[in-house]
Amino acid sequence: MAEVRLSGITKRFGEITAVDAMDLTVADGEFVVLLGPTGAGKTTTLRLVAGLEKADAGSVHIAGQDVTAASPTVRDVSFVFQQYSLYPHLTVYDNLAFPLRSPVRRRPEPEIRRRVAAIAEMLRIPHKLENKATQLSGGEMQRVAIGRALVRAPQIYLMDEPLSSLDAKLRAEMRIELKRIQKELGATLLYVTHDQIEAMTMANRIGVIDQGRLIQVGAPREIYEDPGNVYVATRLGQPAINLIPRDLIPAGSLPAGTETIGARTEHIRIQKVSAERAQGTVQWIEHLGDQNHLHVTVGERKITTLVEPDTELAVHDQVSLELIDPLYFDSAGERVRAGQ
Amino acid sequence: MAEIRVENLLKSFGDFVAVAGSSFTVADGDFFVMLGPSGCGKTTTLRMIAGLELPTSGAIYLDGEDVTFNRASQRDIAFVFQLFALYPHMNVRKNIGFPLKCIGRPRSEIRERVEETARLLRIDHLLNKPVSGLAGGDRQRVALGRAIVRRPKAFLMDEPLGTLDAEFRNLMCEELRSLHDRIEATTVYVTHDQLEAMSMADKIAVMNLGHIEQFGAPQEIYDRPATMFVADFIGSPPMNFLRFHGALSPGATAVRMNGAEIAVPELREVRAEGELALGVRPEHIRFDADSALRGKVFETEYLGTNQIVTVETDHGMIKARMRNDSRIVAGETIGLSFLSERLSLFEATDGRAIKTALFDGGRHG
Repeated sequence: MAEVRLSGITKRFGEITAVDAMDLTVADGEFVVLLGPTGAGKTTTLRLVAGLEKADAGSVHIAGQDVTAASPTVRDVSFVFQQYSLYPHLTVYDNLAFPLRSPVRRRPEPEIRRRVAAIAEMLRIPHKLENKATQLSGGEMQRVAIGRALVRAPQIYLMDEPLSSLDAKLRAEMRIELKRIQKELGATLLYVTHDQIEAMTMANRIGVIDQGRLIQVGAPREIYEDPGNVYVATRLGQPAINLIPRDLIPAGSLPAGTETIGARTEHIRIQKVSAERAQGTVQWIEHLGDQNHLHVTVGERKITTLVEPDTELAVHDQVSLELIDPLYFDSAGERVRAGQ
Repeated sequence: MAEIRVENLLKSFGDFVAVAGSSFTVADGDFFVMLGPSGCGKTTTLRMIAGLELPTSGAIYLDGEDVTFNRASQRDIAFVFQLFALYPHMNVRKNIGFPLKCIGRPRSEIRERVEETARLLRIDHLLNKPVSGLAGGDRQRVALGRAIVRRPKAFLMDEPLGTLDAEFRNLMCEELRSLHDRIEATTVYVTHDQLEAMSMADKIAVMNLGHIEQFGAPQEIYDRPATMFVADFIGSPPMNFLRFHGALSPGATAVRMNGAEIAVPELREVRAEGELALGVRPEHIRFDADSALRGKVFETEYLGTNQIVTVETDHGMIKARMRNDSRIVAGETIGLSFLSERLSLFEATDGRAIKTALFDGGRHG
């Protein structure tokens, strides 16, 4: 496994700059997740690392070597695509063994057997090894696709939304599995997704990306608790952070320049009060089972927070709202910190 | 709008029974969700209500009228497939008006109803725009408009949000539900996504292998699952099951497992010695240094406001949902206690819930 370093990497498609002067280092053994909406440049970044796209500017270093102009084979990366692409005419075993039988990287058959068996065990598909790839369910196919990448020990694993085609339950299991496998192998892994839960639960560090630019890089907790701007703040958190004008709810003294206050569930204290002291009204409580969303209207604005399932609040209750250490943003959406 | 009543509906394809004798009633104006994994029979049931599939036996009543063997076109039902299917060469107005044009309504009526529909969906400013340039949300609203413009007796939707990413799906859930509240159309909605079901439904039927495992309001199903299948299918992470061997008698308020005594809702029925399971929702678990039930933290998953903590115990892996202010690291040993009045008990062999005080309220009330 190896360190991967991107310096000022840029890719344009005609008028569009898909990746804009990106600097990012993935340390040896690190799990980095690029998080952003569709079209943010996540996949293009992966393809630049893999050598499937040619950079217009900047460089890619893998294990200290400049590979910017090198072909994909020389770079020694494993890529898992969003759509599992298995060889339909081969068995699961042969699909998994395929990378180890390629002319450049051929391994002896006993070793292949050992490694395929180990990977199949890890992905809980040892009983499917003799099946044709087409006889598998969607979830199993994707596990084979991931397994085919993991069977080799390349410099880096690149994964492009590998879990998005799985159902919710399997996705939740695979998140933990993938994280565990990555730790066990000490693998360097660059993973892209639009799913904030995947990013938060698996990444050592998250890179939040927007329109080809890397906006902020940090540990999940850091990105969640200490976002640099409004865009990053809205990427993480369910329900999404409430963005409210500065004068909607009294919040004590605000840092100079504050225009918008960002309030997450943990920043808001809501209490039932008499009508004359009320600032808002409970509009509805969305019962999602384990997590209930409380929707409160304050004037024209709607504020959404989490409440415990056994909350005493009810629809039409008059409530007061208190903000505790919320986040402050200026008119450009940049973070303003208290004491600055 | 109309009530939909299904009686002993059965469908088999050769030896395979897709729907095994379902009976349920969707009240006029209800948003009803059929929820289950792929292959559970939910889509087949929907297709029989639509008239796209004929039942092997049983009956379907729409607004009191037996429509079991009527053609789809005679049922006055709108079927919404994946919402994105629009006619690319037509503008928004023509897309929405198309179903009316097909049945030969006069032009003035079409105009009036298309405009009314567009206002309802808040896309009246887009009527003369081509659909190709529209943003995802607006495209979806147009597709919905095309379904509701006919004002049918009921809407049937088959995983309409299946292809969307999570963020957009949440938004569309909210919008579909508020549209439903405005037009109060009886809706039957099929999904495998429990969050969609929980956030939109008045009533949910949880299906498995052609059977309805439970029919009820979302919170009812969540709080008082009738079977282990339901308990496992709803909730993220799902309910934890702690399996144990024992006997139960009415009036008991605790169970013993591996020497630990765990308080449960008062038992209402007797169970001879056998395999049982205690069901614990992740949010009903607390850290408790004094508890005899101990385990080693296997993994923590950071989720911002919350975290999911997976603990390895003698009873298997247990997942707990915790607020994020408790800092826990993998490898440490901790004690766990449960909110006793919220626990479920199951017969582990057939998965049926065992009657306890948990069922005293809600169910009939």
